[in-house]
Amino acid sequence: MSARVDITLTVNGERVTRSVEARRHLIDFLRLDLGLTGSHAGCEHGVCGACTVRVDGEIVRGCLVLAASLDGAEVTTIEGLTDSGEVADLQEAFVLRNAAQCGFCSPGMVMAAADILRHHPQATRAEIREHLSGNYCRCTGYQAIVDAVESTLRARREGAR
Amino acid sequence: MNEIRTPESIGLSREDLPNSYIGRSVPRPNVAKLVQGRATYTDDVVLPRMLHAAFLRSPHAHARIVAVDASAAMQVPGVVRVFTGHDIAKVCDPWVAVLAHLKGMKSAPQHPLPLERATWQGEPVVAVVADSRAAAEDGVAALAVEFEPLPAQVDMETALAPGAVVIHPELGDNLVFQRTAVQGDVEAAFAAAHKVVEATFVTARHTGVTLEPRSIIADYNRAEDTLTVYHSTQAPHMMQGVFARHLRMEEGRVRVICKDVGGSFGIKVHVYPDEVAVAAMSRILGRPVKFVADRFESFCSDIHARDHRIKGRIAVDAEGKILGFDIDDLTGIGPYSVYPRTSAIEGNQVVNLCGGPYDFPNYRCTTTVVLQNKVPTCQYRAVGHPIATAVTEGLVDLAAHAIGMDPIEMRRRNLVRDDAYPFTSPSGMRFEGLSHHASLEKLLRMVPLARIRADQEEQRKRGVHRGLGFAAFIELTNASPFMYGIGGARISAQDGATVRMDPDGSVVVASGVTEQGQGTEAILAQIVAHGVGVPVEKVRVITGDTQVTPYGGGTWACRGAGIGGEAALQSALALKEQILSVAGALLQASPASLDIAMGEVVDKASGTPRISLSEIGRIVYFRGDTLPRDLAREFVQTRHFITKEYPFAFTNGIQACWVEVDTATGMVKLLEHWCVEDCGRVINPLLVEEQVRGGIVQGLGGALYEHCVYDGEGNLLTTTMADYLVPMAAEMPEIHVGHVETPTKETLLGAKGAGEAGTAGAPAALMNAINDALRPLNAVVTEMPFTPARILRALGTI
Repeated sequence: MSARVDITLTVNGERVTRSVEARRHLIDFLRLDLGLTGSHAGCEHGVCGACTVRVDGEIVRGCLVLAASLDGAEVTTIEGLTDSGEVADLQEAFVLRNAAQCGFCSPGMVMAAADILRHHPQATRAEIREHLSGNYCRCTGYQAIVDAVESTLRARREGAR
Repeated sequence: MNEIRTPESIGLSREDLPNSYIGRSVPRPNVAKLVQGRATYTDDVVLPRMLHAAFLRSPHAHARIVAVDASAAMQVPGVVRVFTGHDIAKVCDPWVAVLAHLKGMKSAPQHPLPLERATWQGEPVVAVVADSRAAAEDGVAALAVEFEPLPAQVDMETALAPGAVVIHPELGDNLVFQRTAVQGDVEAAFAAAHKVVEATFVTARHTGVTLEPRSIIADYNRAEDTLTVYHSTQAPHMMQGVFARHLRMEEGRVRVICKDVGGSFGIKVHVYPDEVAVAAMSRILGRPVKFVADRFESFCSDIHARDHRIKGRIAVDAEGKILGFDIDDLTGIGPYSVYPRTSAIEGNQVVNLCGGPYDFPNYRCTTTVVLQNKVPTCQYRAVGHPIATAVTEGLVDLAAHAIGMDPIEMRRRNLVRDDAYPFTSPSGMRFEGLSHHASLEKLLRMVPLARIRADQEEQRKRGVHRGLGFAAFIELTNASPFMYGIGGARISAQDGATVRMDPDGSVVVASGVTEQGQGTEAILAQIVAHGVGVPVEKVRVITGDTQVTPYGGGTWACRGAGIGGEAALQSALALKEQILSVAGALLQASPASLDIAMGEVVDKASGTPRISLSEIGRIVYFRGDTLPRDLAREFVQTRHFITKEYPFAFTNGIQACWVEVDTATGMVKLLEHWCVEDCGRVINPLLVEEQVRGGIVQGLGGALYEHCVYDGEGNLLTTTMADYLVPMAAEMPEIHVGHVETPTKETLLGAKGAGEAGTAGAPAALMNAINDALRPLNAVVTEMPFTPARILRALGTI
């Protein structure tokens, strides 16, 4: 129904070339064209954060970015983030604190939390809550998630000393 | 006390008793895959030759379907077929959602896609099936459907009035169900009372907003005459029966597979017309068909709930003793009662639960359930509880204020005494054992009451209005067939578990209860590890496949731990007995002198290891010839459990909420929240606590932000997550959870349900906190959600 666009980009460190419909958004591109089902489509209008992925180092909503705009971009999804080991400690903290119930928000939540670890190592509890408030979780009450991020930040700060 | 060994029962610390997993905060094994993006939700499943469905939904609240022209849609690239209601009706029979034990209940037959009239905005009317979802949606856009709009019955207050639009003329009127419970002499009690206080409460129409939308893939295989359904559902076995019955198939030829489920909260335990249409279309096409609701579809086709208007009165004497409650509940449920649980249960629960925590002599409560042209409502987390608790606790607080009594003292004087059980409530609910007073005392040890009251006083001097509110509650869990089965619904209250030991000594449990994130699989592993005597890492859990697991009810009414857990425990103990019997033969010892600890058979008295389970497994599976010929070696054991003594195992608890109300803007800031709940034996405190927190946040969201808003013509105005607000991390408070444990004596495990307690009590605690804050300003709010506009109106500012 719409024009196709050829793109070449890097996804989780691997070079990918595809011809995509101009209307294809990033989350569908990742899930349907590349089989990267770790990221989820929750609302498809940019509110819930379930599709949060990293593009060129910054987290974005996969449902608000068109795949056609990503020629030359570097995309990291939960699969790539996990394989890299960058947030292994954070993921372990999620497990220990039971910071996931149904888990549908978890990949997006981990991507958003990873952003705190990278850019805001001194974040307070209130700042963690604020930073994660673009990611909807219906199950946990958020407290365990905040605990997991806070304990990871603390452990990293102590480890750095 | 139940005869299960726990560290406490034999005077040990948790660490001293090996493989004692009941009561231990073991990390949940499922979480690792969830946080690594390795879960498999239904939408992640892709099958060969799979097609995708999209639906044209009614743009009108009520309209006649005049004509459907699919010719342009069929020209859209990728579109395979278009289905109308009449096409689906050729292979699928309609349903009528009534329960025989709800006397006089009526509803109309519902087809997957309507034949003549659409009765709510968002009702699926025509389906397009294509080779991608995008193409199917293009096809829907190309459909030409002519509707003749009809007058809509929107307001529940006028549903029974003369001149109302009767939504289903064959029913005669819009009344679905009415029930009154009466105990004592309400009129006399109120006439003679020291004080009578009354108020009208409104609980807003909510919906569940599961982050994973409803998802289904139906795959009818003509060669085998089998229907395999991948379904994001709470109740695979129930759905197996529904698909078979309405698609005219044998139940044994339908298999429902439930992969990871992205939240349910009751939303995914109902029969949805679009989902049955998907199964019917697969049956016709002989190919897999997938449908995943988008968020707009979730808002206008997932069930709504809690749309109640309640007029309540409370009578008290001069000492603050409650003499009676007199309550009139009205609820609008949309155009159809929802199959098969029905939409009368929520109102019925209000009748059952009002006044629940208290000991009082006179009770009258009526619920009136009516039809309207809005999204159908049905059971959603804590069914009826938040409504009954808000009315009860709202009235108790208003009465306490009216007689100048502290709200805590008021509760102390009226909560059912902890030594009064068994106790039957005025509405006829039977309580085996609750702990209202112990829970209140525990709460008061957690809430820094003196500091809070001093702060409240201090802040008021500075024009800052803070308030503290309490809400005691009861929660219905571990339901028996009295909930649905006796009404004729094929909904299992029984559940089963099969436990087996494999050659390497590892254990597999298959259970009929299901996992939607609450941790069912984790607690089943703990229970089985505890029961057999193995490390929890040695236990694998299978749920959510009707062809593999014992028949069961799945997840509803907080039954996973209490019912499914007991079946798992009993089957684990049966397996242990078999293992010890074989071990006894191998070791020339009496099985009674042996035990199993951490995967080793040990001498019970000394704890000395005798033989490992993997060695027993090797002998049984590969050298069975060396065992005595007649020795049983049944290393697969199945047990079922159903409650028999009580129709329901009630739990109880109490919450406190501390808020700040900005009287200039009407905004409410949540400062802190506390909950003490008694769900009987706690299997895993870590899981229970975060589930209670999640329930509280869901309750707070409903009371503060969430509202399915309609205009006067029945147009739903809140169809995005920017319009229907849900609680996010920044607005939610720190929540403290405490436990009192009163195990049910009906099971060895002693567990009751824990999943709905938070939601049951939070809205009432919040309402009472807001009203405590507003009290010096003589303002009261009783209409949820407590939006800034409503608070400013109560203050007389606007």
